[in-house]
Amino acid sequence: MSLDRSDVDKIAHLARLQIEEQDTPEYAQNLSNILDLVDQMQAVDTSDVLPMAHPLDAVQRLRSDEVTEANNREALQAVAPQVEKGLFQVPKVIE
Amino acid sequence: MFDKTLAELAQGLKAGEFSSVELTQAYLNRIKAEDSKYNSFITVTEEQALAQAKTADEAIAAGTAGAFTGLPFAHKDIFCTQGVRTSCASKMLDNFISPYNATVVEKFNAAGGVMLGKTNMDEFAMGSSNESSFYGVAKNPWDTECVPGGSSGGSAAAVAAQLAPAATGTDTGGSIRQPAALCGITGLKPTYGRVSRFGMIAFASSLDQGGPMTKTAEDAAMMLNVMAGFDKNDSTSVDREVPDYTADLNKPLDGLTIGLPKEFFMDDLDSEIAERTQAAIKEFEKLGATVKEVSLPNTALSIPAYYIIAPAEASSNLSRFDGVRYGYRCENPVDLEDLYKRSRGEGFGAEVKRRIMIGAYALSEGFYDAYYNKAQQIRRLIRDDYAKVLSEVDVIMGPTTPHPAFKIGEKTSDPVAMYMEDIFTISLNLAGLPGMSVPCGTVNGLPTGLQIIGDYFAEQKLLNVAHQFQLATDWHTQSPQGI
Repeated sequence: MSLDRSDVDKIAHLARLQIEEQDTPEYAQNLSNILDLVDQMQAVDTSDVLPMAHPLDAVQRLRSDEVTEANNREALQAVAPQVEKGLFQVPKVIE
Repeated sequence: MFDKTLAELAQGLKAGEFSSVELTQAYLNRIKAEDSKYNSFITVTEEQALAQAKTADEAIAAGTAGAFTGLPFAHKDIFCTQGVRTSCASKMLDNFISPYNATVVEKFNAAGGVMLGKTNMDEFAMGSSNESSFYGVAKNPWDTECVPGGSSGGSAAAVAAQLAPAATGTDTGGSIRQPAALCGITGLKPTYGRVSRFGMIAFASSLDQGGPMTKTAEDAAMMLNVMAGFDKNDSTSVDREVPDYTADLNKPLDGLTIGLPKEFFMDDLDSEIAERTQAAIKEFEKLGATVKEVSLPNTALSIPAYYIIAPAEASSNLSRFDGVRYGYRCENPVDLEDLYKRSRGEGFGAEVKRRIMIGAYALSEGFYDAYYNKAQQIRRLIRDDYAKVLSEVDVIMGPTTPHPAFKIGEKTSDPVAMYMEDIFTISLNLAGLPGMSVPCGTVNGLPTGLQIIGDYFAEQKLLNVAHQFQLATDWHTQSPQGI
């Protein structure tokens, strides 16, 4: 599997990552090498094998729908880059 | 004093030979004097440590002390510590003062442990050499031109350099066992679900597991006694009784059956590492164990499967770093997309970006079945191989790594070559099994590790096996020159 620059740009956009133009060829090369490595999987017949998501095949625990957490807004927002009146601030989204 | 184990230090505290404050101050002084050589700490928490030590001394005086009260140790900087920077060795979290404690941190606090500081690591635990740290590489105390391994490289270097008697680590594909092997210390990756992941910054949630990094198996048992246990805040935590991990240490090994997977002793294994491993197995035979050749036929597939599953989970987990709620935010974003892209592009290092992109690609439309689903199917094959072998033997042994520590910079230009260093450790994470690495010799002056693998929740057995080995050998007591 070989990725070119436009593939890298597309993936970087999906992942919301800014990649500098001069770095794109190196990412294309490295990512292609990694994909060559993982392509070894394709040689194995797994048609009758169930995918395994959890080593002990555990399922999600359920709990009753009750409020268990206190409101920690101040403590949590103390580490935010920009807040105002208890809200996280971002550049204008809606005109 | 710095060569003492946790067990010995606990004795000294109990006997009143020294106080926790004296012990803690001695370690803090040593870190200050020596760590410029190793760069093993990102943050040293002197004030908090001395306050915790003082509280511990009061508990000792009052007769309310527990087994861990007053013992100093370090946390990998992946565990959230309230009021203390928790960086995950990333520029993204360089300014992050955690508003809460990880469950593991709470448990050590409740046990009276004294945190000396937060140790260096690969950025977001992605790496096998500690070279992806935003704070610079930690150095191997056996040869400071070599890497300490990774991702828990700072924890391994700190213990090997005797800057802390023990440290926590986390292991997603070998990140406790591989640096333990490369730095000549003992490391244990518990069964998936045994130690809470709450507040342990997530890399690949179905693989991540915290564990101890220590001088001895006995110390690892003391640490695991503190760390293990059910946590309602971790959705994959296992609700199962926690035994006293020190209880079985002294059981004799008569009748132990050891499986040696032939796939762990292939041609590309360093011949001297193969010899050290074989010599260690001979020790076990002297202790009454029998050895049997076994096969884990899908071992070679563990790396390809891992490099889909781990990046896929990472790309999802790391989407939370968006420059909005905490962590790094770029200067003067023009719009929201620019804010996301530049905050992440500038905040993450190259290896983290590579893995996020591999994961995003594998999970993108049209590729899911060929990559993620396929990898999860192979994961089951790998687990089934282990289940079959572990129904025939008590433990599996082999080398922890294919090579001893390599030179800093030697593998940075070739990510795939770096990934191959984890060939013997990765399959355990995919299977969710517990494993240890214990020192078993040196090659050209650099330590090598013996890996011991057991069945689910067989940590007591692993610690027993490792402890008996350490009673019969002295590899674990050897220190780098000048330390």
